[in-house]
Amino acid sequence: MLSRVAERIYWGSRYLERVESTARLVSVYDNLLFDLPRDTNISWYNLIIINSSTESFNERYKVHDERNVVKFLLADDSNSSSMLSSLKQVKENIRTTRDVVPQDTWELINELDLYARNHIRQGINRTNRHQFLNTIIKHCQEINGLFESAMSRDATWQFMMLGRNLERADMTTRILDAGASIMLQPNEGTRINLGQVVWGNVLRSLSAYMNYRRSIRTAVQSSKVARFLIEDPHFPRTIAFCLDEIETAIHKLPRSHNSLASLNALKQLKYPLENGSPLNEEFRDYLNDLQIKVSELHNDFSENWFSFTSGNEENSETAKSDKPKLQIACEA
Amino acid sequence: MSIIWDNYESEKHFDELITEKGKAREPSRKLVKHIGQMEVDELDKRRQMAEATIQEMGISFTVYTEEGNIDRAWPFDIIPRTILSRQWKTTADGLQQRLKALNMFINDLYHDQQIIKDGIIPEHIISKSKNFRPECVGVTPAHGVWANICGTDLVRDADGKFYVLEDNLRVPSGVSYMLENRAITKRVLPEMFEKENILPVDDYTSQLFDMLASLSPRDVEDPEIVVMTPGIFNSAYFEHAFLAQQMGVELVEGDDLFVGDDDCVYMKTISGPERVDFIYRRIDDEFLDPEAFNKESVLGVPGLMRAWKAGNVALANAPGAGVADDKVVYAYVPQIIEYYLNEKPILPNVETFLCEYEDQREYVLANLDKLVVKPANESGGYGMLVGPHSTKKDQAKFAELIKDNPRNYIAQPTLSLSTAPTLISSGNLEPRHLDLRPFILQGKETYVTTGGLTRVAMKKGSLVVNSSQGGGSKDTWIVDTEVK
Repeated sequence: MLSRVAERIYWGSRYLERVESTARLVSVYDNLLFDLPRDTNISWYNLIIINSSTESFNERYKVHDERNVVKFLLADDSNSSSMLSSLKQVKENIRTTRDVVPQDTWELINELDLYARNHIRQGINRTNRHQFLNTIIKHCQEINGLFESAMSRDATWQFMMLGRNLERADMTTRILDAGASIMLQPNEGTRINLGQVVWGNVLRSLSAYMNYRRSIRTAVQSSKVARFLIEDPHFPRTIAFCLDEIETAIHKLPRSHNSLASLNALKQLKYPLENGSPLNEEFRDYLNDLQIKVSELHNDFSENWFSFTSGNEENSETAKSDKPKLQIACEA
Repeated sequence: MSIIWDNYESEKHFDELITEKGKAREPSRKLVKHIGQMEVDELDKRRQMAEATIQEMGISFTVYTEEGNIDRAWPFDIIPRTILSRQWKTTADGLQQRLKALNMFINDLYHDQQIIKDGIIPEHIISKSKNFRPECVGVTPAHGVWANICGTDLVRDADGKFYVLEDNLRVPSGVSYMLENRAITKRVLPEMFEKENILPVDDYTSQLFDMLASLSPRDVEDPEIVVMTPGIFNSAYFEHAFLAQQMGVELVEGDDLFVGDDDCVYMKTISGPERVDFIYRRIDDEFLDPEAFNKESVLGVPGLMRAWKAGNVALANAPGAGVADDKVVYAYVPQIIEYYLNEKPILPNVETFLCEYEDQREYVLANLDKLVVKPANESGGYGMLVGPHSTKKDQAKFAELIKDNPRNYIAQPTLSLSTAPTLISSGNLEPRHLDLRPFILQGKETYVTTGGLTRVAMKKGSLVVNSSQGGGSKDTWIVDTEVK
């Protein structure tokens, strides 16, 4: 398999996942803020912070309100991770790799892109936002369903799995961070059980609420939710699960030892949740470390299979190409 | 005959399907009858079916516009063009003869240049040619063949004879559309394939693969062949992807390849570098290798020429083959055939005036309103003057161009291009001008496609068939009426 094709499949898959998770994230905030009294000190701007986008947001907008945040996350061209930008990247990457994905993929992606672009107003205004975001999520699931049922489990599939699960693991850390950061803000004297609302919505944003209830069998509690989303080996959006999927995919690809080493380093990273450690700033630092390790893992993939700075051992000299790469998708 | 044919008339031109007396020609008899028996509604349905098939199969070509590149659906006419297999056989022989002689000519130019020493061809053909590559002197590709894949444009004049209009020896395109046209027609007019003996076209990609594999410089059982494209923004990207897919080989961009210290070409794969034996390149010479040619090119592979000259990789077509793809060389092809093969040319050229010679130039300048003037080195129908359709101002402009650089211009009489019935609107068949581009392969053996790509000028009276300029196409049937 050509490195370039592998890379485009990987990025196509990452961006498709990003489209879906961005839609989920906005959707869950929508719900969350409906549930909270007006005096709660929780703002839409949190979403910008957890996506590490404060700088590019502030270049573009002065007011940190709902409209600007939602616009930035869903529609903004200048935000390379916005939903529409991500969709564009999905299109560009799949356009040139149509040969290795199921035949209907291109058509489904075009449909999704057309829908999103034609109805983007509905996402920005509140009235129809829920319906809009739900439709986006459904389209993404349809495409993933097509892959699931029509793709051969060859190298193409493995790169798709790497992309999807790396993106998912990253998003789960960010959603956890969103929960933790809200709870750390001073909110004394609110009339509701804020923890219940916030962590319930964290679970819902990952479609994990029912699974959590079934497997943990207690009320929604912050540290139990965090432990579930990090360590549960069965639910497909937990960090443990995503890392297992990545490991399986790596094993099926050539020259995998480098990436396996980084993956193991990532797996070693633990936070003592079983002892009921509080979800304080230390926990947030831990999440931050996880994100850094995830992006290091990505760099390993890139070096190992895409950028061709390291060939296989006997050919490592000739394998060096000093030409700068022209990539369609290079923006993490 | 029926209503749909009653009003059909192609004045003064040779029509591919209908004689001047309004009767069907020998290879089109069953087709004309079949269409004549269809209701207008039915014919419309078939046309819609063709459009849906094109959408479904994703057959497109890219058009450059100011708003970016647009993928357009392939413009296709459902009424096929027919040619008698007896006539086609002679034409195919003529095409093979022509390509053989041209390849001997190219090989001679890059070696002893005997044809110039013998005074058959003037020396300046090389010294002033834009497509002569001094870097290629002394190289001998396998079997001395430089142009392995050639697309030759044929036209029929009012006398019904085929004439060669030009030879495309650089990166001829269109063969995928020839194959797709047949695939569409099989769905749209399935009955005809039972009624009539239409020769198949679909072995082209396997012929191409076998030829490329047989020319691999490395003696291995399973040589690594790739199709090299300039990328998604090229107007023929669809075809590049199609050919790679049909041959089951990788479609690469320049960036996917590199030349190692051992002067071999490698492809970057997830398993590490993989040696490449044969590159079917769909990218012009100038962009192949920034070390050897255009330094600015980001499409090519640095060192590729080095690897090719060292004999470690084969390129089709070989760099420098375009020297014979020149409208001035074209004028000499009859002499070239006689010189190398000692045979009479089977296919005639269109009469050509070379502006570099004073007497011919004077004639051209005096008859600009009647002639077609073409620059020697352009393709795609660009930079042409079509005399009868031009203004006085256009003619004055071309007169200046010719006087400034006479060597760069040739002129030909305006041909009365043949026509074929084309479905212009519901139930309305009108004659439209067309040409034919067969594809010829030469490795150890030679091969000619069964028919070729028929291109149609969709605008009434227009002679421009290029898809970049509003041309369409139709299926081409070589019909064998002698089989019982």
